Amino acid sequence: MTATNDKPLVEVRDLAKVFDVSAPWLNRVVERKPRQFVHAVDGVSFSIQRGKTLALVGESGCGKSTVARLLVGLYQPTRGDVRFDGQATDAAQDAAGLRTLRRRMQMIFQDPYASLNPRWKVLDIVGEPLREHGLVDNDDALRTQVGSLLQSVGLATTDQDKFPHQFSGGQRQRISIARALATQPEFLVCDEPTSALDVSVQAQVLNIMKDLQRTRGLTYLFISHNLAVVRHVADQVGVMYLGRLVEVADKAELFGHPRHPYTRMLLDAIPDIHMSGRARTPVQGEVPNPLNPPSGCAFHPRCPHANARCSAERPALTMFHGVQVACHAVQEGRI
Amino acid sequence: MNNQPVLQVKNLRVEFPTRRGTLLALDDISFDIAPGEILGVVGESGAGKSLTGAAIIGLLEPPGRIAGGEILLAGRRIDNLPDGQMRAIRGRQIGAIFQDPLTSLNPLYTIGRQLTETILTHLPVSAAEARQRAIKLLQETGIPAAEQRIDQYPHQFSGGMRQRVVIALALAAEPKLIVADEPTTALDVSIQAQIISLLKRLCKDHGASVMLVTHDMGVIAETCDRVAVLYAGRVAEIGPVADVIHRPSHPYTAGLMGSIPAMDEDRERLLQIDGAMPRLNTIPSGCAFNPRCPQVMERCRRDRPELLPAGATRAACWLVAGGRDPATKVTA
Repeated sequence: MTATNDKPLVEVRDLAKVFDVSAPWLNRVVERKPRQFVHAVDGVSFSIQRGKTLALVGESGCGKSTVARLLVGLYQPTRGDVRFDGQATDAAQDAAGLRTLRRRMQMIFQDPYASLNPRWKVLDIVGEPLREHGLVDNDDALRTQVGSLLQSVGLATTDQDKFPHQFSGGQRQRISIARALATQPEFLVCDEPTSALDVSVQAQVLNIMKDLQRTRGLTYLFISHNLAVVRHVADQVGVMYLGRLVEVADKAELFGHPRHPYTRMLLDAIPDIHMSGRARTPVQGEVPNPLNPPSGCAFHPRCPHANARCSAERPALTMFHGVQVACHAVQEGRI
Repeated sequence: MNNQPVLQVKNLRVEFPTRRGTLLALDDISFDIAPGEILGVVGESGAGKSLTGAAIIGLLEPPGRIAGGEILLAGRRIDNLPDGQMRAIRGRQIGAIFQDPLTSLNPLYTIGRQLTETILTHLPVSAAEARQRAIKLLQETGIPAAEQRIDQYPHQFSGGMRQRVVIALALAAEPKLIVADEPTTALDVSIQAQIISLLKRLCKDHGASVMLVTHDMGVIAETCDRVAVLYAGRVAEIGPVADVIHRPSHPYTAGLMGSIPAMDEDRERLLQIDGAMPRLNTIPSGCAFNPRCPQVMERCRRDRPELLPAGATRAACWLVAGGRDPATKVTA
């Protein structure tokens, strides 16, 4: 990332979230079990420039969805802070300030079947943020607004009197997008927005998201486990493993010259429809239990390049040839 | 015997009688699988791919029923067998692998007991031999310390390891055919690659053919010899994997391939097929794809196309018939 004068829209510094997963108090006393904590997100820092897309990728349990929820304020961070357009988003802000901030960032969830209230009409679902933030004066204005929001995602104005069950998965996800756009936010957090959809429908939703980004200048944080989708939508990509960022790079750099062994492994593992016949490096093992992560670099038990230092010392995310990477082997020039 | 297909499906029709009329979930599906071949069955949700697998292994959920057509296993008809005879075939001659490894293993029994039970049911061996065989199968599927882990319960295994156990279970009685329904969908990408290569290697070693049901074209491309593309309960196109992916003849296949973000090319927009697959009660007349097809012709709305030879593949599309009248069409 080159140093630019424009300030990033979103800045995240040393963000961490620890969940207490201890057994109930009585069990701890009787069975002498210790308290247990999961470091779901463990010191993550990144920034997103206005109008750009940062994608976070990683396997299940790596903490990418927790980052999304921390950003929009659904979780309170244990440590670290999030700055949006230069303002802190933590509790230090007064309620009115936070309310304005909330209006400027919205979230799209993974499952369009679970994220829409089945008893509400589309008008109420999409109109709720408008009413809540006092952005419309009367019902007529609400209907017009909701109608034009639905049109902007490729649905019909008349769809606002229907219920969610009358729509297919892809259409429901468009309703979610329309709702997220209602307050005219600048920043959208998208948590696996297409992973519940079929490929042809996924293409429709991804196209809409790209069109909206172009016409409205939106900034996205895009969470996904699908590297091909990430490659299509992202400008910058962050790879997460067990709650930490292991590599952050521009899209072309990350897919062209992956540095971190985990990134390389992920890229190797994707089944390729073009059958390019790439040589595969089969990686053994699975993601370790986050309750008891390995010492040092969390990836070292699966890494073909690990040595004594990797199991003892945790590598920091540092700049290396224009990309940020957390790996001793890369820093020492061993790979 | 050598050239006889392991599995032949001929004009299979599966219907679901409901209060509002009968829904035709599979409509005239035909394909066959040669010995040692891996056939992919791909399609979007509701296309009928899992149902095809369920019909073959005789596990259709009532009220679903086979309303027509034949299923032949090594030349013998199996779709009309009574339950008892079908049970002897299932597991012995057809192995099954399902999507979620946690629900296909019994949580109350050790995996050793589940494996030896399968082996003892189908093969004439002693209990000690069955256990040896089970350990060997676990070793083959890459489970470390198989002698110890055989006495553990499913919850003590991780997701990827459980799916290895399920693969061992499917191969336990040396079946001729494995029906694998979305075997990697519940797994992470790094594990998915391990399981796919394992499945491919083991089926080759054991000489089993595979019917691989999945929605992931990447998995199909890496694994299969041939692929059948399903749309609204019908076969849209079937042929060798490379031809279907790179030179699709059916507009639906072409749209499906174009809508997948690729790893090696940059496109500003993905090709999109507008609309969605029709529900079973609103399948249009003629070609089921005609309302979404960019090259729709008058005839597509009227007559239903049959599978016609199109280059190396066969496609159910009037375009490949060259606009000829149905009376003069080439039969495959």
